[in-house]
Amino acid sequence: MNAQLLLKLVGLAILLCVPLTGESFYTELIAKTLVLAIFAMSLDLLVGFTGLVSFGHAAYFGVAAYAVAQLSPKYEAASLWFVMPAAVGISALVALFVGLFVLRTKGIYFIMVTLAFAQLAFFVFHDTPLGGGSDGIYLNVKPTASIAGWMPFDLDNQTHLYYFILAMLVLVYLFLGRILQSPFGRVLVGIKSNEHRMQSMGYLTFRYKLAAFALAGGLGGIAGFLYAVVFGFVTPELLSWHQSGNVLLMVILGGMGNLVGAIAGAFVFTGMQEVFGTWSKHWQLIMGGVIVAAVLFLPGGLAAIPGRIKRSLQGGGSNE
Amino acid sequence: MDFASFLIQTLNSLQYGLLLFLVASGLTLVFGIMGIINLAHGSFYMIGAYLAFVLTSTTGSLFMAILLGVPLALIFGAFLEWALFSHLYKRDHLEQVLLTYGLILVFEELRSLLVGDEVHGIDIPAMFNGSIQLSEVLSYPVYRLVISAVCVVLAVALYFVIQRTRLGMMIRAGNHDRTMVEALGININMIYRVVFALGVALAALAGMLASPISSVFPNMGSQVLIISFVIVVIGGIGSVWGALAAALIVGFADTFGKVLLPELSGMVVYIVMAGVLLWRPEGIFKKG
Repeated sequence: MNAQLLLKLVGLAILLCVPLTGESFYTELIAKTLVLAIFAMSLDLLVGFTGLVSFGHAAYFGVAAYAVAQLSPKYEAASLWFVMPAAVGISALVALFVGLFVLRTKGIYFIMVTLAFAQLAFFVFHDTPLGGGSDGIYLNVKPTASIAGWMPFDLDNQTHLYYFILAMLVLVYLFLGRILQSPFGRVLVGIKSNEHRMQSMGYLTFRYKLAAFALAGGLGGIAGFLYAVVFGFVTPELLSWHQSGNVLLMVILGGMGNLVGAIAGAFVFTGMQEVFGTWSKHWQLIMGGVIVAAVLFLPGGLAAIPGRIKRSLQGGGSNE
Repeated sequence: MDFASFLIQTLNSLQYGLLLFLVASGLTLVFGIMGIINLAHGSFYMIGAYLAFVLTSTTGSLFMAILLGVPLALIFGAFLEWALFSHLYKRDHLEQVLLTYGLILVFEELRSLLVGDEVHGIDIPAMFNGSIQLSEVLSYPVYRLVISAVCVVLAVALYFVIQRTRLGMMIRAGNHDRTMVEALGININMIYRVVFALGVALAALAGMLASPISSVFPNMGSQVLIISFVIVVIGGIGSVWGALAAALIVGFADTFGKVLLPELSGMVVYIVMAGVLLWRPEGIFKKG
């Protein structure tokens, strides 16, 4: 068994033990972090593997969250087996539609245009009856997992919900790992390193990018769905550009193009938020300062640190 | 819509569009010349408005506040370029996004620490505090006309600087091919610093001018930033005149959208942008 796999399994074992501590505060905090980790992995498919820097990924997160809230009846539980695929499907469809526009652009344009479309989605939920205004909507009853009277697990139970989220994280991780090994995934990585070459090899890169964009939207939708279930309410803030910026931050913190890194990025981000948050109500000042310093002094993100240490040990301090 | 209210909405569109042009022109130049995406550009608008608030309360006049505030913004811009942005030119867009996103958090929190989170109003200078009677019930505030006039003067001055002066020639050349400009022995770093400082000052001035009518409030920069992005996308990166046309398009679309389609008000601008993307993904005025 190689060391990397062992580390991943140890990490998983630790996550499996969290609810056993009985600390409901930490269980909820880590559940929230796991949701963000799924969100970060979905964005990493675009940013890290396909080379598409989307600054509007919160839109698909928010669309799925609103879809759950709108599709659930007001005072009874919706079926999990209906609302979850529906919410994820809707966010993937929205991403497919937006992708038709934004993928016509490249580089700086792409960053700005994805941001602008996310802002459009924000206003759709903020201004129209669809979203219930700036106060948002409550999801009064969590979806039920029962199938014809049999209840395999209960999302109202904090421990069950935690393990459900952890299972989704593992599934998304394995799914993305599988996708990236497939010919489709290899094409995406090829597009990142040189799109023109992929085109001249005969790949219709637009279709691949569109598929990746819709897929990332759908996976981001899983995170949005889980978020709505955990917190029980949705607001337009879920689609705000701060949310898009934060998830991009997680991906970059973890080092792009590295799924475990994206998960680690989500943990580091939540950790900073919690730690700085207890120091001062102006914690964003420290957060912003850390970000600025990280870009100036730490190119490549956290994931580049082990490599640097290794190089400086091997090279004995000589230049790279 | 009768003629008087149509006239009012047209004047409002012009005023809003011209004000946005002040913000977007700096943004598009920084994109075009330095190849930098600057998310913190909206913060300069916010900083301008807060400077106007602080300086007006100390000096007692908005006019003095602007006279003091613009040079401060220029110095601040030059300092930021020296301390931070000059390290970003060779980095990829993602790192630029990250650093400037971090800057927004820093600026907003500093604003919160130094001035607080309350909404502040600034009085319209007494000289311009009248309104022009358009019909028996409708009138138009003079101050909005003053804003439009100042913006027009600045746009003309910008045109003169960019098209007619040596500095403008260097800016245009840098926009076109910065390696060649460097090879010709022109100090491109100096041009970067001047352009960046100019962009900061224009955005801050827009914030100062707008502060009496929009009031001064937290996060006022982010909305302006995103609208400026839309303008740059519509006008084409690096094109100042594209930004002017696009800013006016956005000004009219937003103002008339609010009047004619109130339930879609927030979205009209973005729908226009989506249309432009389908038609010309590189922006209306991008050549070649």
